[in-house]
Amino acid sequence: MKKLLNTLFVTMPDTYLSLDGENIVIKRDDEIAGRYPLHNLEGVCTFGYAGVSPALMGKCAENNIGLTFMTRNGRFLARVVGEDKGNVVLRKEQYRISDDERRSAIFARNMILGKVYNSKWVVERALRDHALRIDTERMKQVSASLSETMKLIRGVEQLDILRGLEGSAAVQYNSVFDQLILQQKEQFFFHGRNKRPPLDNVNALLSFTYSLLAKDVTAALESVGLDAYVGFLHRDRPGRASLALDMMEELRSVYADRMVLYLINKKVVNDSGFVKKENGSVIMDDDTRKAVLKAWHERKQEKIMHPYLNEKIAWGLVPYAQALLLARHIRGDLDEYPPFFWK
Amino acid sequence: MLVLITYDVSTSSKEGRRRLSRVAKTCLNYGQRVQNSVFECIVDATKFRQLKYELEELIDKQTDSLRFYNLGDNHKSKVEHIGAKEAYDMEAPLIL
Repeated sequence: MKKLLNTLFVTMPDTYLSLDGENIVIKRDDEIAGRYPLHNLEGVCTFGYAGVSPALMGKCAENNIGLTFMTRNGRFLARVVGEDKGNVVLRKEQYRISDDERRSAIFARNMILGKVYNSKWVVERALRDHALRIDTERMKQVSASLSETMKLIRGVEQLDILRGLEGSAAVQYNSVFDQLILQQKEQFFFHGRNKRPPLDNVNALLSFTYSLLAKDVTAALESVGLDAYVGFLHRDRPGRASLALDMMEELRSVYADRMVLYLINKKVVNDSGFVKKENGSVIMDDDTRKAVLKAWHERKQEKIMHPYLNEKIAWGLVPYAQALLLARHIRGDLDEYPPFFWK
Repeated sequence: MLVLITYDVSTSSKEGRRRLSRVAKTCLNYGQRVQNSVFECIVDATKFRQLKYELEELIDKQTDSLRFYNLGDNHKSKVEHIGAKEAYDMEAPLIL
């Protein structure tokens, strides 16, 4: 299994990233703010318009180091892509599947199955760990109805029906998500998902972590030679990494949602770190953003047992492992795509 | 693993001074400079071989010397720093 390397996050504005030998050098006001050897990195992620020299872009592309640009709020702006390597045969097969509604549905349903299963386990965990502080009746109902939905998903061969089932599972899960927030309840609440822009603290955190996850998944898919822009459940739209969004579904709850809950419940973030703008949108201040990135990165280093590979890997390699399994299935080496079932 | 590299390059001649700067530059490609002629590099076995080879090619074995200290994967407890120029931890979250 691949080794999980470090990711460099640049959150300072007015910086310039350049290449010096095998090092990435971060300059600010003509002073060197940091210098790191590139072979220790697998990703560079900048927030807020840091400039990058073409030489560094080339080097990153050549060495498979993901170079991503985000806005200060973590909205994705651009990514540097080098020469397309990977496997054409694999990609063409992926396109063929994507063109075929029925085959797409069979792919997508496993991912959605993973999503529903994982959301169910987030709920179940809360039931186990915090039974006295939550509405257990309601939680049990949701958990049971998610199990029901899973049974229905298994036989689906039409995308529309699948979308319907996914939607209803999401509604169920979202309806109890607020209960999973156990601390700082006055400032952190979840009354539904809103985005572009997020209108409350929790949605701001969710949007931010989702975009971090999307970045990781996109990079993982591309590193195994798949086209992250051609999806099965999410249909093609220019500029949308549809396959990454498909694959994200199964990881959202266990990877991002739990991260957000951790940040709030462990009081890593607090209300003073969020700024409300005139138009109602909520953004994080620099320190909060840094705290989130730090927690995100530490989570990535934690080891878990991959349920299908039966191998101990870092959380951060889960998107990569799933991408690998997906590629194997598309190539025909695996009979079915095994989604990531977390428990 | 963490490898500590120290070197002594004779700078009595012009050639020597050139070698010194080349050795320093090569080390910098692989790790961070913690003191003037001391570098810490996080490398795997392959990278380490590569680095050693590159440095060996550069120096003049009659007058210069290189020392590699292999501190292994569990190096956190083996390094202590006192004083100025605190080094960064290559395996901790890198947030600037």
